[in-house]
Amino acid sequence: MSFNNLDQLYRQVIMDHYKNPRNKGQIEEGTLTIDMNNPTCGDRIRLTMNVEDGKVSEAKFDGEGCSISMASASMMTQAIKGKEVDTALKLSNVFSEMMLGNDYPEDLDLGDIEALQGVSQFPARIKCATLAWKAMEKGLSEQKESN
Amino acid sequence: MNAKEIKQYFPILDQEVNGHPLVYLDNAATSQKPVQVIEALDKYYREYNSNVHRGVHTLGNRATDAYEGARDKVRKFINARAREEIVFTRGTTTSINTIAQSYGRANIEEGDEIVITYMEHHSNIIPWQQLAKEKGAVLKYLPLQDNGSVLLEDAREMITEKTKIVSIMMVSNVLGTINPIKDITKIAHENGAVMIVDGAQTAPHMKIDVQDLDCDFLAFSGHKMCAPTGIGVMYGKKELLENMEPVEFGGEMIDFVGLHESTWKELPWKFEGGTPIIAGAIGLGAAIDFLEEIGLDEIEEHEHRLAGYAMEQMSTIEGISIYGPLAGEKRAGLVTFNLSDVHPHDVATVLDAEGIAIRAGHHCAQPLMKRLNCSSTARASFYLYNTEEDVDKLVQALVKTKEYFSDVF
Ligand SMILES: Cc1ncc(COP(=O)(O)O)c(C=O)c1O
Repeated sequence: MSFNNLDQLYRQVIMDHYKNPRNKGQIEEGTLTIDMNNPTCGDRIRLTMNVEDGKVSEAKFDGEGCSISMASASMMTQAIKGKEVDTALKLSNVFSEMMLGNDYPEDLDLGDIEALQGVSQFPARIKCATLAWKAMEKGLSEQKESN
Repeated sequence: MNAKEIKQYFPILDQEVNGHPLVYLDNAATSQKPVQVIEALDKYYREYNSNVHRGVHTLGNRATDAYEGARDKVRKFINARAREEIVFTRGTTTSINTIAQSYGRANIEEGDEIVITYMEHHSNIIPWQQLAKEKGAVLKYLPLQDNGSVLLEDAREMITEKTKIVSIMMVSNVLGTINPIKDITKIAHENGAVMIVDGAQTAPHMKIDVQDLDCDFLAFSGHKMCAPTGIGVMYGKKELLENMEPVEFGGEMIDFVGLHESTWKELPWKFEGGTPIIAGAIGLGAAIDFLEEIGLDEIEEHEHRLAGYAMEQMSTIEGISIYGPLAGEKRAGLVTFNLSDVHPHDVATVLDAEGIAIRAGHHCAQPLMKRLNCSSTARASFYLYNTEEDVDKLVQALVKTKEYFSDVF
């Protein structure tokens, strides 16, 4: 792997999200608060979300971690805002497939997320990318069950 | 000592990673293995693999001799008084847990105190947390100075007659600090406490003399000192071990088994329940031979010099912070650092693309990370086969990393 391959990992879009994270912070009255960390490396995230009428009306994240984990969290919140809970959960599945290097359905608009595809080539970094998604999945599936 | 020549004994180091010659700087996590150790394992499995202490047959005797011979080598290696004081375990973690579950449970009562430090590895924190919770005892942390040291005056203050156990690492896997174990042991003993030493980062890199330290227990792992994974040592003073109950029961450790009562074998076997780690112990014996042939003093000196050189070179990189004792101060052969604006994971990924293996993360020392005010750091750790050339490559790659990330920003 050369520095050129690194460019597959550290795409411009990812670096942009890392430097200028979207939806950083916490919702004051977050109905859902999920704390998650990656015990092997110390990355941690707090995700707060509001769900109204079956839709994710607001999502913010706070935390500490590497470029990949923070950029992925930023992209994730961007992608799920305004989406139906089921769509958000479906996105999460798509994202898992992407990380495994598998094919995934093309009918969803992934936007910036597609830039994270390169992570699948770096096994040690997949956990960084999936942290925020796991938090979202946990929060929304628990919310769904309680309804 | 000639590190370049020594490197040739380690076949794994002769390879390319991501198109670059491998530079292995993650030795504090685990060391590589020389042909001498690989061949000892190969010979055991090809020629005399057998269970020990049981058979009447020839292979069984050979295996038993080799297994018990390894114990004698360990005894000499740490200058223990007697071979009965050497118990083979799975590693440092198992050794400390065994001490906590056996000695700890029998001797700790409500209100007793256990003293450790902020720099401990999780394996020397959690067994004591669990014991303290179970018994209603108090776990105390010796304060950490900004240069990564603990002060003897703090130890004198915190270790009192309430203290029953003091358990401290001799060398820090993050800071490189070398703790004044001999002095702390004295303080522990003056207050009637036992002294346990985590020697995981010590045994591979410098001479240990348990009689000189006068510690009551010592734990270390084979895999960090050229031996295979799955083998380690629990040293304990005979008079303590004799009064301790085993924590694992089964074959190999019994003397007589009745329907409702059993008795244990004598030391050290009463702590080695089940078929022992025969190949691992033989590998550890071979690793000790290898290290002693080179000389532990020479290895320590070489690593100290290398770490000094690395600190000197690395400190020229703008925006780098290096943790632990300053260059020139007494310190072990590793450098833990952070590059400003680049997360340690990203540093490690870029270095890996250059064939350089380092560690990034919390190094199993979350309380220490909290005390240092960071969630994660990068660490380059050296061993006897590392050279100044390796350090130069590391420094060049770190400079590149900074440039790479300042470009994308
Ligand atoms: C200081 C220290 N103590 C304990 C351990 C645990 O050793 P092991 O994982 O071999 O049981 C390590 C290794 O990571 C260490 O560096």
